[in-house]
Amino acid sequence: KAEPTKLYYHEVHIYKKDGNNWSKIHVLKEHNGQVTGIDWAPESNRIVTCGTDRNAYVWTLKGDAWKPTLVILRINRAARCVKWSPKENKFAVGSGSRLISVCYFEQDNDWWVCKHIKKPIRSTILCLDWHPNNILLAAGSCDFKYCPLIFISKEVEEKPAPTAWGSKMPFGEVMFESTGTSGWAHSVCFSDSGNRVAWASHDSTVAVAEGGKTAVCASLTSETLPLLCVTFITENSLVAAGHDCYPVLFVYDSNKAAMSFGGKLDVPKQSAQKGMTARERFQNLDKKATADSKEAVLESVHKNSISQISILNGGKAQCAKFCTTGMDGGMAIWDVKTLESAMKDLKIV
Amino acid sequence: MSKNTVSDRFRKVDVDEYDENKFVDEEDGGENQLGPDEAEVDSLIRSGNLMGALQAVLKNPPINTKNQNVKEQTEGLVLKVLSSFKTSDLEKAVQSLDKTGVDLLMKYIYRGFERPSDNSSAILLQWHEKALSAGGVGSIVRVLTARKTV
Repeated sequence: KAEPTKLYYHEVHIYKKDGNNWSKIHVLKEHNGQVTGIDWAPESNRIVTCGTDRNAYVWTLKGDAWKPTLVILRINRAARCVKWSPKENKFAVGSGSRLISVCYFEQDNDWWVCKHIKKPIRSTILCLDWHPNNILLAAGSCDFKYCPLIFISKEVEEKPAPTAWGSKMPFGEVMFESTGTSGWAHSVCFSDSGNRVAWASHDSTVAVAEGGKTAVCASLTSETLPLLCVTFITENSLVAAGHDCYPVLFVYDSNKAAMSFGGKLDVPKQSAQKGMTARERFQNLDKKATADSKEAVLESVHKNSISQISILNGGKAQCAKFCTTGMDGGMAIWDVKTLESAMKDLKIV
Repeated sequence: MSKNTVSDRFRKVDVDEYDENKFVDEEDGGENQLGPDEAEVDSLIRSGNLMGALQAVLKNPPINTKNQNVKEQTEGLVLKVLSSFKTSDLEKAVQSLDKTGVDLLMKYIYRGFERPSDNSSAILLQWHEKALSAGGVGSIVRVLTARKTV
């Protein structure tokens, strides 16, 4: 099992898991600026990266080394996020140029070509997710107005079957937009069926929209700091995490078109309270002006904001394991069954 | 020296105006947002029905109006209601509000912090503490990210 990590830097490091240890096996150097987005296509084994140097590279494994192919995105601002489509024949890049570049490989000229989606994007695109039909694309941006926007990006494929989001589909057409939440969108995610889309917004809300004759939108304001990433783990349950450094569960009830908070997924083990010696107490008073023995250390697994959640096993329909990575440079793997049994009252529907 | 250095008028040109990709913030019309009914709120305060006054003053928030007067008037009115509460009643009052009410209260509290008068900050801080325990940091985040300000 291999994991690529993009650093706040212009290199990509690939780690391979050997039992319980991770070893760095490859370093991908090509970007001139910070790498902002990375996605690994499992079937075709290609990696796409995008960065602040306004470029994207598609990496293919030749022998023992990864070879990059430059993709010209025709943008004049940094690229922000990139995602392979489900069939891995194209990928979408969101950028600060207020447009999405959808890139596909042109066999005749042996290079990657891109098409732009511009309207009605008015600000930087922060996050993208593909619908399972390989055609619809959801995007979240900073413009405080519409989130998420669902676009069609079909160029070379045949006419797709109608989905919950509509049936007439010319390229670049907006199928859905919502003005329900305020604040920039940090993460957007389609459910496994593609009929639902969830997003986390900087005003500490998480929302789900369900497509249909009239799209229904349900949002939940939370009492915590904003969430940075959200993903479906079953058709009704979402796991989200963010600046509070622990993942949480949300449940969407389609009958009531409402969302509810399912529970914190990281309950730290209560460490036994040690008795404090008089010396320690005095030291605390001197150093921290408090006689408390509580240290200013987070008890959660992650010590800094969690920036990404990825499904490891089971897909978005029946996720068995997911992985969180955070700004503390750490990566944690969570097992759904273990969580369900460890926390009473936690039910993943 | 070239002729160009004689006049520096070009430095005062606002180049952003000529950018065709310029972001134009569309303000949703808030013309019919008149703010809470002053007479109603006053009568409720006088009659001692402070809970009712709180509910009334949180109605019709002047969100996004270009009319600054309405906003200032409303803020003054809200401050009046908040100051007339007894400290012991604060918690009950906050409990009676729903989620959007708590968020709105937070917005007014922070607006009040912007222009402190005699005793207002102390009172607002007490309300802030109660509102924080009801709404959590999330409600403060919403005050910070809200484009539609009261």
